[in-house]
Amino acid sequence: MTIALEPAAPAVQGDRVSLLRVLGPAHVWALGVGIVLVGEFTGWNFSADKGGALAALIVCWVVGLLYTSVAMIDSEVTSTVAAAGGQYAQAKHIVGPLMAFNVALFLVFAYTMLEVSDAILLGDTIVAKAGVEGLTHNSFIAATIVVLAWLNYRGVLMTLNVNFVITAIAYISIVILFFSVSPWTQGAVLKLNELVTPGNALPYGWIGVIAAFQFGIWYYLGIEGTTQAAEEVRSPARSLPYGTMAGMITLLIAAAMTWYVCASLMPWEYLGITYYPLWDAGKLTGSALLENLLFVATLLAALASANGCINDAARAWFSLGRDRYLPTWFSAVHPKYRTPYRSILFLLPIALAFAFIADLNQAITFSILSGVLQYTFMSINIIMFRKKWPLGSIRRGYTHPFHPIPAMVLFCLCVVTFFAIFLGFGSQLIAMVAFYFLISLWFHFYRYKFVRRGDQFTMPWPKPQGY
Amino acid sequence: MWVALSYACWGISIVLALWMLYDWFKVDTTFSEEVLTSSREGELEATSEKHRI
Repeated sequence: MTIALEPAAPAVQGDRVSLLRVLGPAHVWALGVGIVLVGEFTGWNFSADKGGALAALIVCWVVGLLYTSVAMIDSEVTSTVAAAGGQYAQAKHIVGPLMAFNVALFLVFAYTMLEVSDAILLGDTIVAKAGVEGLTHNSFIAATIVVLAWLNYRGVLMTLNVNFVITAIAYISIVILFFSVSPWTQGAVLKLNELVTPGNALPYGWIGVIAAFQFGIWYYLGIEGTTQAAEEVRSPARSLPYGTMAGMITLLIAAAMTWYVCASLMPWEYLGITYYPLWDAGKLTGSALLENLLFVATLLAALASANGCINDAARAWFSLGRDRYLPTWFSAVHPKYRTPYRSILFLLPIALAFAFIADLNQAITFSILSGVLQYTFMSINIIMFRKKWPLGSIRRGYTHPFHPIPAMVLFCLCVVTFFAIFLGFGSQLIAMVAFYFLISLWFHFYRYKFVRRGDQFTMPWPKPQGY
Repeated sequence: MWVALSYACWGISIVLALWMLYDWFKVDTTFSEEVLTSSREGELEATSEKHRI
Protein backbone atom coordinates (compact mmCIF):
# COMPACT_ATOMS: atom_id res chain seq x y z
CA MET A 1 0.00 0.00 0.00
CA THR A 2 1.51 3.30 -1.02
CA ILE A 3 0.41 6.84 -0.49
CA ALA A 4 -0.24 8.13 -3.96
CA LEU A 5 -1.27 11.47 -5.27
CA GLU A 6 -4.50 11.85 -7.20
CA PRO A 7 -3.67 10.89 -10.77
CA ALA A 8 -3.68 13.69 -13.25
CA ALA A 9 -6.90 13.41 -15.17
CA PRO A 10 -8.49 15.79 -17.58
CA ALA A 11 -11.03 17.98 -15.85
CA VAL A 12 -13.80 17.02 -18.20
CA GLN A 13 -13.59 14.10 -20.59
CA GLY A 14 -15.69 14.96 -23.60
CA ASP A 15 -19.02 16.11 -22.23
CA ARG A 16 -19.02 13.73 -19.29
CA VAL A 17 -17.70 13.93 -15.74
CA SER A 18 -17.70 10.72 -13.73
CA LEU A 19 -16.25 9.33 -10.52
CA LEU A 20 -12.60 8.24 -10.75
CA ARG A 21 -11.63 4.57 -10.85
CA VAL A 22 -8.48 4.75 -8.75
CA LEU A 23 -8.99 2.41 -5.78
CA GLY A 24 -7.57 -1.04 -5.07
CA PRO A 25 -8.32 -3.84 -2.57
CA ALA A 26 -6.38 -2.08 0.23
CA HIS A 27 -8.67 0.94 -0.09
CA VAL A 28 -11.72 -1.32 0.04
CA TRP A 29 -10.30 -2.88 3.23
CA ALA A 30 -9.60 0.60 4.65
CA LEU A 31 -13.13 1.72 3.89
CA GLY A 32 -14.82 -1.32 5.47
CA VAL A 33 -12.56 -1.86 8.48
CA GLY A 34 -12.19 1.89 8.97
CA ILE A 35 -15.94 2.31 9.39
CA VAL A 36 -16.23 -0.67 11.74
CA LEU A 37 -13.15 -0.64 13.96
CA VAL A 38 -14.49 2.13 16.22
CA GLY A 39 -17.00 -0.49 17.42
CA GLU A 40 -14.16 -2.31 19.21
CA PHE A 41 -13.21 0.92 20.98
CA THR A 42 -16.75 1.61 22.14
CA GLY A 43 -20.19 0.11 21.59
CA TRP A 44 -19.73 -3.67 21.72
CA ASN A 45 -19.19 -3.54 25.47
CA PHE A 46 -22.76 -2.38 26.15
CA SER A 47 -23.76 -5.95 25.28
CA ALA A 48 -22.09 -6.94 28.58
CA ASP A 49 -24.54 -4.66 30.38
CA LYS A 50 -27.43 -6.43 28.65
CA GLY A 51 -26.32 -10.00 29.34
CA GLY A 52 -22.94 -10.23 31.09
CA ALA A 53 -19.40 -10.84 29.82
CA LEU A 54 -20.14 -14.29 28.41
CA ALA A 55 -23.14 -12.91 26.49
CA ALA A 56 -20.78 -10.35 24.92
CA LEU A 57 -18.57 -13.23 23.74
CA ILE A 58 -21.49 -15.30 22.46
CA VAL A 59 -22.82 -12.39 20.39
CA CYS A 60 -19.28 -11.67 19.18
CA TRP A 61 -19.29 -15.05 17.41
CA VAL A 62 -22.99 -15.27 16.49
CA VAL A 63 -23.13 -11.71 15.14
CA GLY A 64 -19.82 -12.54 13.45
CA LEU A 65 -21.74 -15.25 11.62
CA LEU A 66 -24.38 -12.69 10.61
CA TYR A 67 -21.74 -10.37 9.19
CA THR A 68 -19.81 -13.16 7.49
CA SER A 69 -23.06 -13.93 5.67
CA VAL A 70 -23.43 -10.22 4.88
CA ALA A 71 -19.87 -10.04 3.53
CA MET A 72 -20.25 -13.16 1.37
CA ILE A 73 -23.63 -12.14 -0.05
CA ASP A 74 -22.49 -8.58 -0.63
CA SER A 75 -19.31 -9.72 -2.35
CA GLU A 76 -21.21 -11.84 -4.84
CA VAL A 77 -23.85 -9.27 -5.75
CA THR A 78 -21.56 -6.24 -5.77
CA SER A 79 -18.91 -7.94 -7.86
CA THR A 80 -21.69 -8.09 -10.45
CA VAL A 81 -23.52 -4.80 -9.84
CA ALA A 82 -20.50 -2.51 -9.70
CA ALA A 83 -22.08 0.90 -9.18
CA ALA A 84 -21.94 3.69 -6.61
CA GLY A 85 -24.77 3.31 -4.15
CA GLY A 86 -23.84 -0.32 -3.44
CA GLN A 87 -26.89 -2.07 -2.02
CA TYR A 88 -29.12 0.63 -3.55
CA ALA A 89 -27.98 -0.29 -7.06
CA GLN A 90 -28.39 -3.98 -6.19
CA ALA A 91 -31.96 -3.45 -4.96
CA LYS A 92 -32.85 -1.40 -8.03
CA HIS A 93 -31.80 -4.12 -10.45
CA ILE A 94 -32.92 -7.15 -8.47
CA VAL A 95 -36.01 -6.17 -6.43
CA GLY A 96 -37.36 -2.88 -7.77
CA PRO A 97 -37.41 0.92 -7.40
CA LEU A 98 -39.38 1.18 -4.15
CA MET A 99 -37.06 -1.25 -2.37
CA ALA A 100 -34.07 0.60 -3.83
CA PHE A 101 -35.33 3.94 -2.55
CA ASN A 102 -35.76 2.50 0.94
CA VAL A 103 -32.37 0.80 0.88
CA ALA A 104 -30.67 4.07 -0.12
CA LEU A 105 -32.34 5.79 2.82
CA PHE A 106 -31.24 2.97 5.15
CA LEU A 107 -27.70 3.56 3.91
CA VAL A 108 -27.76 7.33 4.26
CA PHE A 109 -29.26 7.21 7.76
CA ALA A 110 -27.03 4.36 8.94
CA TYR A 111 -23.84 6.08 7.80
CA THR A 112 -24.78 9.64 8.72
CA MET A 113 -25.86 8.63 12.21
CA LEU A 114 -22.71 6.54 12.61
CA GLU A 115 -20.67 9.57 11.53
CA VAL A 116 -22.52 11.64 14.15
CA SER A 117 -21.81 8.99 16.82
CA ASP A 118 -18.13 8.93 15.86
CA ALA A 119 -17.81 12.70 16.10
CA ILE A 120 -19.54 12.76 19.50
CA LEU A 121 -17.29 9.94 20.71
CA LEU A 122 -14.18 11.77 19.53
CA GLY A 123 -15.27 15.01 21.21
CA ASP A 124 -16.18 13.27 24.46
CA THR A 125 -12.89 11.33 24.51
CA ILE A 126 -10.84 14.52 24.16
CA VAL A 127 -12.90 16.27 26.86
CA ALA A 128 -12.47 13.25 29.18
CA LYS A 129 -8.71 13.25 28.60
CA ALA A 130 -8.38 17.03 29.05
CA GLY A 131 -10.36 17.18 32.31
CA VAL A 132 -10.64 20.96 31.92
CA GLU A 133 -13.56 22.73 33.58
CA GLY A 134 -15.92 24.29 31.02
CA LEU A 135 -14.37 22.61 27.96
CA THR A 136 -17.15 21.24 25.72
CA HIS A 137 -17.01 18.76 22.87
CA ASN A 138 -18.62 21.05 20.26
CA SER A 139 -15.43 22.40 18.68
CA PHE A 140 -13.95 18.91 18.32
CA ILE A 141 -17.18 17.60 16.79
CA ALA A 142 -17.27 20.49 14.29
CA ALA A 143 -13.62 19.99 13.32
CA THR A 144 -14.08 16.23 12.88
CA ILE A 145 -17.06 16.57 10.58
CA VAL A 146 -15.83 19.58 8.58
CA VAL A 147 -12.22 18.43 8.10
CA LEU A 148 -13.31 14.96 6.99
CA ALA A 149 -15.96 16.42 4.67
CA TRP A 150 -13.21 18.59 3.15
CA LEU A 151 -10.99 15.55 2.70
CA ASN A 152 -13.84 13.69 0.98
CA TYR A 153 -14.56 16.75 -1.16
CA ARG A 154 -10.95 16.85 -2.37
CA GLY A 155 -10.81 13.28 -3.69
CA VAL A 156 -11.50 9.66 -2.89
CA LEU A 157 -7.94 8.39 -3.29
CA MET A 158 -6.38 10.58 -0.60
CA THR A 159 -9.46 10.07 1.61
CA LEU A 160 -9.00 6.31 1.62
CA ASN A 161 -5.20 6.49 1.78
CA VAL A 162 -5.63 8.44 5.01
CA ASN A 163 -8.20 5.89 6.18
CA PHE A 164 -5.80 3.05 5.50
CA VAL A 165 -3.05 4.59 7.60
CA ILE A 166 -5.18 5.59 10.60
CA THR A 167 -7.15 2.34 10.58
CA ALA A 168 -3.93 0.33 10.49
CA ILE A 169 -2.52 2.30 13.46
CA ALA A 170 -5.74 1.78 15.47
CA TYR A 171 -5.75 -1.93 14.63
CA ILE A 172 -2.09 -2.39 15.51
CA SER A 173 -2.75 -0.73 18.88
CA ILE A 174 -5.22 -3.53 19.71
CA VAL A 175 -2.63 -6.12 18.73
CA ILE A 176 0.04 -4.36 20.85
CA LEU A 177 -2.33 -4.23 23.84
CA PHE A 178 -3.16 -7.92 23.41
CA PHE A 179 0.47 -9.05 23.42
CA SER A 180 1.46 -6.61 26.18
CA VAL A 181 -0.77 -8.27 28.76
CA SER A 182 0.73 -11.77 28.33
CA PRO A 183 -2.48 -13.33 26.97
CA TRP A 184 -1.02 -16.84 27.34
CA THR A 185 -0.72 -16.43 31.14
CA GLN A 186 -3.76 -15.95 33.34
CA GLY A 187 -3.09 -14.29 36.69
CA ALA A 188 -0.12 -12.10 35.74
CA VAL A 189 -2.18 -9.23 34.31
CA LEU A 190 -5.35 -10.85 33.06
CA LYS A 191 -7.84 -12.32 35.52
CA LEU A 192 -10.53 -13.91 33.39
CA ASN A 193 -11.02 -16.80 35.81
CA GLU A 194 -11.85 -14.40 38.64
CA LEU A 195 -13.92 -11.91 36.64
CA VAL A 196 -16.02 -14.33 34.60
CA THR A 197 -17.27 -17.16 36.81
CA PRO A 198 -20.11 -19.67 36.40
CA GLY A 199 -22.06 -17.49 38.86
CA ASN A 200 -21.85 -14.21 36.92
CA ALA A 201 -21.15 -15.27 33.32
CA LEU A 202 -24.81 -14.93 32.28
CA PRO A 203 -26.44 -12.83 35.03
CA TYR A 204 -29.76 -12.51 33.15
CA GLY A 205 -29.77 -15.96 31.59
CA TRP A 206 -30.35 -16.57 27.88
CA ILE A 207 -32.76 -13.66 27.47
CA GLY A 208 -29.73 -11.50 28.34
CA VAL A 209 -27.87 -13.09 25.45
CA ILE A 210 -30.73 -12.19 23.09
CA ALA A 211 -30.80 -8.62 24.45
CA ALA A 212 -27.02 -8.39 23.92
CA PHE A 213 -27.50 -8.74 20.14
CA GLN A 214 -28.47 -5.08 19.99
CA PHE A 215 -24.96 -3.94 20.85
CA GLY A 216 -23.15 -7.02 19.55
CA ILE A 217 -23.83 -5.50 16.12
CA TRP A 218 -21.15 -2.92 16.98
CA TYR A 219 -18.37 -5.44 16.61
CA TYR A 220 -18.86 -5.36 12.83
CA LEU A 221 -21.40 -2.60 11.96
CA GLY A 222 -20.56 -1.05 8.60
CA ILE A 223 -18.40 -3.69 6.87
CA GLU A 224 -20.98 -3.74 4.08
CA GLY A 225 -19.93 -0.14 3.34
CA THR A 226 -17.18 -1.48 1.08
CA THR A 227 -19.73 -1.77 -1.72
CA GLN A 228 -20.15 1.99 -1.95
CA ALA A 229 -16.71 2.14 -3.57
CA ALA A 230 -17.84 -0.11 -6.42
CA GLU A 231 -17.75 2.62 -9.05
CA GLU A 232 -14.33 3.88 -7.96
CA VAL A 233 -12.31 0.66 -7.73
CA ARG A 234 -10.16 -0.29 -10.69
CA SER A 235 -11.34 -3.89 -10.76
CA PRO A 236 -14.61 -4.30 -8.85
CA ALA A 237 -14.97 -8.01 -9.57
CA ARG A 238 -11.64 -8.69 -7.85
CA SER A 239 -11.12 -5.86 -5.38
CA LEU A 240 -14.52 -5.82 -3.71
CA PRO A 241 -14.74 -9.49 -2.65
CA TYR A 242 -11.06 -9.53 -1.70
CA GLY A 243 -11.20 -6.30 0.34
CA THR A 244 -14.50 -7.16 2.01
CA MET A 245 -13.59 -10.71 3.02
CA ALA A 246 -10.12 -9.62 4.21
CA GLY A 247 -11.82 -6.90 6.24
CA MET A 248 -14.21 -9.38 7.83
CA ILE A 249 -11.36 -11.72 8.82
CA THR A 250 -9.46 -8.76 10.29
CA LEU A 251 -12.48 -7.73 12.33
CA LEU A 252 -13.20 -11.21 13.67
CA ILE A 253 -9.64 -11.34 15.02
CA ALA A 254 -9.87 -7.81 16.48
CA ALA A 255 -13.24 -8.55 18.12
CA ALA A 256 -11.96 -11.72 19.77
CA MET A 257 -8.79 -10.03 21.07
CA THR A 258 -10.77 -7.03 22.34
CA TRP A 259 -13.26 -9.17 24.27
CA TYR A 260 -10.53 -11.34 25.78
CA VAL A 261 -8.44 -8.43 27.05
CA CYS A 262 -11.35 -6.31 28.30
CA ALA A 263 -13.28 -9.17 29.96
CA SER A 264 -10.04 -10.22 31.68
CA LEU A 265 -9.37 -6.76 33.10
CA MET A 266 -12.80 -5.35 34.04
CA PRO A 267 -15.82 -6.74 35.86
CA TRP A 268 -18.85 -7.02 33.57
CA GLU A 269 -20.78 -4.43 35.60
CA TYR A 270 -18.16 -1.79 34.66
CA LEU A 271 -17.40 -3.13 31.19
CA GLY A 272 -21.09 -2.79 30.28
CA ILE A 273 -21.30 0.91 31.05
CA THR A 274 -17.93 2.43 30.18
CA TYR A 275 -17.65 4.43 26.96
CA TYR A 276 -13.97 3.54 26.54
CA PRO A 277 -13.37 -0.18 27.11
CA LEU A 278 -10.03 -0.38 25.29
CA TRP A 279 -8.72 2.91 26.65
CA ASP A 280 -9.71 1.74 30.14
CA ALA A 281 -7.96 -1.57 29.48
CA GLY A 282 -4.83 0.39 28.60
CA LYS A 283 -5.11 2.31 31.88
CA LEU A 284 -5.64 -0.89 33.88
CA THR A 285 -2.40 -2.39 32.62
CA GLY A 286 -0.60 0.37 34.56
CA SER A 287 1.46 1.36 31.53
CA ALA A 288 1.34 5.06 30.63
CA LEU A 289 2.53 4.17 27.12
CA LEU A 290 -0.36 1.77 26.56
CA GLU A 291 -2.84 4.23 28.06
CA ASN A 292 -1.76 6.99 25.69
CA LEU A 293 -1.57 4.62 22.74
CA LEU A 294 -5.15 3.45 23.31
CA PHE A 295 -6.32 7.05 23.77
CA VAL A 296 -4.84 8.03 20.41
CA ALA A 297 -6.14 4.83 18.81
CA THR A 298 -9.68 5.60 20.06
CA LEU A 299 -9.50 8.99 18.36
CA LEU A 300 -8.08 7.52 15.13
CA ALA A 301 -10.73 4.78 15.03
CA ALA A 302 -13.49 7.39 15.42
CA LEU A 303 -11.90 9.52 12.68
CA ALA A 304 -11.56 6.56 10.29
CA SER A 305 -15.15 5.57 10.87
CA ALA A 306 -16.54 9.06 10.33
CA ASN A 307 -14.37 9.44 7.22
CA GLY A 308 -15.71 6.23 5.67
CA CYS A 309 -19.26 7.13 6.62
CA ILE A 310 -19.08 10.51 4.85
CA ASN A 311 -17.76 8.72 1.76
CA ASP A 312 -20.56 6.13 1.79
CA ALA A 313 -23.51 8.35 2.71
CA ALA A 314 -22.57 10.83 -0.02
CA ARG A 315 -22.39 8.09 -2.68
CA ALA A 316 -25.79 6.68 -1.71
CA TRP A 317 -27.34 10.18 -1.83
CA PHE A 318 -25.55 10.91 -5.13
CA SER A 319 -26.95 7.71 -6.66
CA LEU A 320 -30.49 8.68 -5.71
CA GLY A 321 -30.02 11.98 -7.50
CA ARG A 322 -28.51 10.34 -10.58
CA ASP A 323 -31.58 8.15 -11.03
CA ARG A 324 -33.94 11.08 -10.33
CA TYR A 325 -35.24 9.43 -7.16
CA LEU A 326 -34.21 12.80 -5.71
CA PRO A 327 -33.54 16.02 -7.66
CA THR A 328 -30.74 15.50 -10.21
CA TRP A 329 -28.94 18.47 -8.64
CA PHE A 330 -27.46 16.01 -6.11
CA SER A 331 -25.84 13.94 -8.84
CA ALA A 332 -23.20 16.55 -9.72
CA VAL A 333 -19.60 15.37 -9.86
CA HIS A 334 -16.78 17.81 -9.18
CA PRO A 335 -14.96 18.30 -12.52
CA LYS A 336 -11.52 18.52 -10.87
CA TYR A 337 -11.72 16.26 -7.80
CA ARG A 338 -14.26 13.84 -9.33
CA THR A 339 -16.29 13.50 -6.14
CA PRO A 340 -20.05 13.86 -5.50
CA TYR A 341 -19.37 17.28 -3.99
CA ARG A 342 -22.95 18.54 -3.69
CA SER A 343 -24.04 15.41 -1.82
CA ILE A 344 -21.05 15.76 0.53
CA LEU A 345 -21.91 19.41 1.19
CA PHE A 346 -25.65 18.72 1.58
CA LEU A 347 -25.10 16.05 4.24
CA LEU A 348 -22.49 18.11 6.12
CA PRO A 349 -24.89 20.49 7.98
CA ILE A 350 -27.29 17.61 8.66
CA ALA A 351 -24.52 15.66 10.39
CA LEU A 352 -23.46 18.76 12.32
CA ALA A 353 -27.03 19.46 13.45
CA PHE A 354 -27.56 15.90 14.71
CA ALA A 355 -24.15 15.90 16.40
CA PHE A 356 -25.00 19.06 18.34
CA ILE A 357 -28.57 18.13 19.34
CA ALA A 358 -28.67 14.31 19.56
CA ASP A 359 -27.07 12.22 22.25
CA LEU A 360 -24.82 9.26 21.54
CA ASN A 361 -27.41 6.58 22.38
CA GLN A 362 -30.06 8.02 20.04
CA ALA A 363 -27.59 8.36 17.17
CA ILE A 364 -26.26 4.83 17.67
CA THR A 365 -29.75 3.31 17.83
CA PHE A 366 -30.81 5.12 14.67
CA SER A 367 -27.72 3.82 12.90
CA ILE A 368 -28.12 0.22 14.10
CA LEU A 369 -31.82 0.12 13.15
CA SER A 370 -31.13 1.33 9.62
CA GLY A 371 -28.28 -1.17 9.33
CA VAL A 372 -30.37 -4.16 10.41
CA LEU A 373 -33.19 -3.17 8.05
CA GLN A 374 -30.59 -3.20 5.29
CA TYR A 375 -29.26 -6.65 6.27
CA THR A 376 -32.79 -8.06 6.25
CA PHE A 377 -33.18 -6.78 2.71
CA MET A 378 -29.87 -8.42 1.72
CA SER A 379 -31.05 -11.88 2.74
CA ILE A 380 -34.11 -11.56 0.49
CA ASN A 381 -32.11 -9.87 -2.25
CA ILE A 382 -29.64 -12.73 -2.72
CA ILE A 383 -32.43 -15.31 -2.94
CA MET A 384 -34.08 -13.26 -5.71
CA PHE A 385 -30.72 -12.66 -7.42
CA ARG A 386 -29.90 -16.37 -7.63
CA LYS A 387 -33.44 -17.15 -8.78
CA LYS A 388 -33.60 -14.50 -11.51
CA TRP A 389 -30.00 -14.91 -12.68
CA PRO A 390 -28.83 -18.44 -11.77
CA LEU A 391 -25.16 -19.38 -11.76
CA GLY A 392 -23.84 -19.40 -15.31
CA SER A 393 -26.33 -16.86 -16.65
CA ILE A 394 -24.18 -13.79 -15.83
CA ARG A 395 -20.54 -13.23 -14.94
CA ARG A 396 -19.86 -13.08 -11.21
CA GLY A 397 -16.59 -11.89 -9.67
CA TYR A 398 -17.26 -14.08 -6.65
CA THR A 399 -19.77 -16.85 -5.93
CA HIS A 400 -20.55 -17.40 -2.28
CA PRO A 401 -20.75 -21.00 -1.04
CA PHE A 402 -23.57 -22.99 0.60
CA HIS A 403 -26.41 -20.89 -0.87
CA PRO A 404 -29.10 -20.46 0.54
CA ILE A 405 -27.77 -21.24 4.03
CA PRO A 406 -25.99 -17.84 4.53
CA ALA A 407 -29.17 -16.01 3.45
CA MET A 408 -31.30 -18.03 5.86
CA VAL A 409 -28.82 -17.55 8.71
CA LEU A 410 -28.72 -13.83 8.00
CA PHE A 411 -32.52 -13.52 7.96
CA CYS A 412 -32.95 -15.46 11.23
CA LEU A 413 -30.25 -13.45 13.02
CA CYS A 414 -31.83 -10.19 11.79
CA VAL A 415 -35.15 -11.27 13.31
CA VAL A 416 -33.41 -11.99 16.64
CA THR A 417 -31.67 -8.61 16.48
CA PHE A 418 -34.96 -6.79 15.79
CA PHE A 419 -36.42 -8.50 18.87
CA ALA A 420 -33.37 -7.42 20.90
CA ILE A 421 -33.75 -3.82 19.70
CA PHE A 422 -37.46 -3.97 20.50
CA LEU A 423 -36.58 -4.97 24.06
CA GLY A 424 -34.31 -1.95 24.49
CA PHE A 425 -35.64 0.69 22.09
CA GLY A 426 -39.15 -0.44 21.09
CA SER A 427 -40.58 3.05 20.56
CA GLN A 428 -37.65 4.10 18.31
CA LEU A 429 -38.05 0.91 16.27
CA ILE A 430 -41.75 1.55 15.70
CA ALA A 431 -41.16 5.25 14.92
CA MET A 432 -38.50 4.39 12.40
CA VAL A 433 -40.56 1.75 10.61
CA ALA A 434 -43.45 4.27 10.46
CA PHE A 435 -41.04 6.84 8.97
CA TYR A 436 -39.92 4.47 6.22
CA PHE A 437 -43.55 3.53 5.51
CA LEU A 438 -44.60 7.18 5.08
CA ILE A 439 -41.57 8.09 2.96
CA SER A 440 -42.33 5.05 0.77
CA LEU A 441 -45.86 6.39 0.18
CA TRP A 442 -44.35 9.76 -0.82
CA PHE A 443 -41.99 8.05 -3.24
CA HIS A 444 -44.64 5.81 -4.79
CA PHE A 445 -47.39 8.41 -5.22
CA TYR A 446 -45.33 11.55 -5.88
CA ARG A 447 -41.64 11.19 -6.64
CA TYR A 448 -41.56 8.14 -8.90
CA LYS A 449 -43.27 10.01 -11.75
CA PHE A 450 -40.05 12.03 -12.20
CA VAL A 451 -37.94 8.91 -12.69
CA ARG A 452 -36.93 7.91 -16.22
CA ARG A 453 -37.92 4.30 -15.85
CA GLY A 454 -35.87 2.76 -18.63
CA ASP A 455 -32.68 4.69 -17.83
CA GLN A 456 -32.32 3.47 -14.26
CA PHE A 457 -31.54 -0.16 -15.21
CA THR A 458 -27.99 0.01 -16.47
CA MET A 459 -26.44 -3.45 -16.10
CA PRO A 460 -25.94 -5.27 -19.40
CA TRP A 461 -27.58 -8.46 -18.19
CA PRO A 462 -29.83 -10.92 -20.00
CA LYS A 463 -33.52 -10.96 -19.13
CA PRO A 464 -34.16 -12.54 -15.74
CA GLN A 465 -35.61 -16.03 -15.65
CA GLY A 466 -39.41 -16.02 -15.67
CA TYR A 467 -39.68 -12.63 -17.43
CA MET B 1 -3.47 23.83 25.83
CA TRP B 2 -6.83 22.07 25.44
CA VAL B 3 -8.73 25.36 25.33
CA ALA B 4 -6.33 26.65 22.66
CA LEU B 5 -6.86 23.42 20.73
CA SER B 6 -10.61 23.96 20.99
CA TYR B 7 -10.29 27.45 19.47
CA ALA B 8 -8.00 26.08 16.75
CA CYS B 9 -10.67 23.49 15.90
CA TRP B 10 -13.29 26.21 15.46
CA GLY B 11 -10.87 28.17 13.29
CA ILE B 12 -9.99 25.24 11.05
CA SER B 13 -13.65 24.30 10.70
CA ILE B 14 -14.65 27.80 9.63
CA VAL B 15 -11.78 28.17 7.16
CA LEU B 16 -12.40 24.80 5.49
CA ALA B 17 -16.18 25.31 5.40
CA LEU B 18 -15.68 28.69 3.72
CA TRP B 19 -13.20 27.19 1.25
CA MET B 20 -15.70 24.48 0.28
CA LEU B 21 -18.46 27.06 -0.17
CA TYR B 22 -16.15 29.18 -2.35
CA ASP B 23 -15.10 26.20 -4.46
CA TRP B 24 -18.72 25.08 -4.80
CA PHE B 25 -19.70 28.55 -6.04
CA LYS B 26 -16.73 28.66 -8.43
CA VAL B 27 -17.47 25.23 -9.95
CA ASP B 28 -21.19 25.87 -10.29
CA THR B 29 -20.59 29.16 -12.09
CA THR B 30 -17.81 27.80 -14.34
CA PHE B 31 -19.37 24.57 -15.63
CA SER B 32 -22.82 23.95 -17.05
CA GLU B 33 -25.34 21.89 -15.12
CA GLU B 34 -25.41 19.36 -17.98
CA VAL B 35 -21.70 18.68 -17.61
CA LEU B 36 -21.74 18.51 -13.82
CA THR B 37 -24.64 16.04 -13.74
CA SER B 38 -23.47 13.99 -16.72
CA SER B 39 -22.28 10.94 -14.76
CA ARG B 40 -24.12 7.73 -15.70
CA GLU B 41 -24.30 4.52 -13.72
CA GLY B 42 -22.81 1.46 -15.38
CA GLU B 43 -21.09 3.47 -18.08
CA LEU B 44 -17.63 2.21 -17.19
CA GLU B 45 -18.84 -1.30 -16.55
CA ALA B 46 -20.35 -1.41 -20.01
CA THR B 47 -17.37 0.06 -21.81
CA SER B 48 -14.26 -1.07 -19.96
CA GLU B 49 -15.37 -4.49 -18.76
CA LYS B 50 -17.15 -6.26 -21.57
CA HIS B 51 -19.76 -8.50 -20.06
CA ARG B 52 -18.96 -12.02 -21.19
CA ILE B 53 -19.45 -15.34 -19.46
